[in-house]
Amino acid sequence: MSENFKVIDNYLMVRMPEEIDHHKSSYISENADKFIVREQISNVVFDFEDTKFMDSSGIGIILGRYKKIACFGGKVFAIHTDNRIRHLFMISGLHKIVEIMD
Amino acid sequence: MKNEMKMEFDAISANEAFARVAVAAFVSELDPTLEEISDIKTAVSEAVTNAVIHGYDGLEGGKVNIRCSIDQDVLHVEVMDKGKGIDDIEKAMEPLFTTKPELNRSGMGFPFMEAFMDDLEVLSVPGEGTTVIMKKKIGCIPWIGDEE
Ligand SMILES: Nc1ncnc2c1ncn2[C@@H]1O[C@H](COP(=O)(O)OP(=O)(O)OP(=O)(O)O)[C@@H](O)[C@H]1O
Ligand SMILES: [Mg+2]
Repeated sequence: MSENFKVIDNYLMVRMPEEIDHHKSSYISENADKFIVREQISNVVFDFEDTKFMDSSGIGIILGRYKKIACFGGKVFAIHTDNRIRHLFMISGLHKIVEIMD
Repeated sequence: MKNEMKMEFDAISANEAFARVAVAAFVSELDPTLEEISDIKTAVSEAVTNAVIHGYDGLEGGKVNIRCSIDQDVLHVEVMDKGKGIDDIEKAMEPLFTTKPELNRSGMGFPFMEAFMDDLEVLSVPGEGTTVIMKKKIGCIPWIGDEE
């Protein structure tokens, strides 16, 4: 499953699963943190290309990673977000800290 | 149109997906849009996840009960646990309020339920459990007269 994590320069790319819920979220957070610490990553890019479902667990994953890297000047990006995911970002205020790229 | 469904399952994270899909399937007779299905799945996922994480503190042995009913074009969903309950419901429902920030929770569960359903009511007694009652009106079913 670690093919879902890829390091390119100073960026950790995380390919998010089809369904992002509590059941899946700790796996993603723990693995992302391993890369962030081991490879001293400052930026994280979350790729939602495959994602069909997300609940507040996805917000927690992003917020938690943001807190880890923001103090070192790191940034969080989101790519391939659909309307629904952007709506969830909006309601939770996440759009203020995540850079949405498309 | 009236219909009712009840289910009980173990309060473990593996059942979260099953629970939201079951409710979405139950409501399909109302011909919901894809967006309405997503709304319902997210709201049910939030309530069930809360029962697992907070109600039973992630410990096994607890049960979650869901009761769904359809009355005309309104879906009614109740998610119940017999876990630890909520001391201050008003505070718990505030956006970004969470008692488990160490578990990467963001305090957006209740705000999402509120955003995606038409009505949200939370009943809880500390030490006895929590019941979340949600309602949502589905689409605009064209009136085809009384078929009875
Ligand atoms: N079934 C429950 N039993 C006991 N406490 C609950 C229950 N549901 C919610 N709570 C309490 O209400 C708080 C807010 O719930 P909410 O779902 O909004 O946020 P969260 O679960 O903490 O984070 P998120 O849902 O974003 O992952 C929880 O932190 C918890 O203290
Ligand atoms: Mg929650």
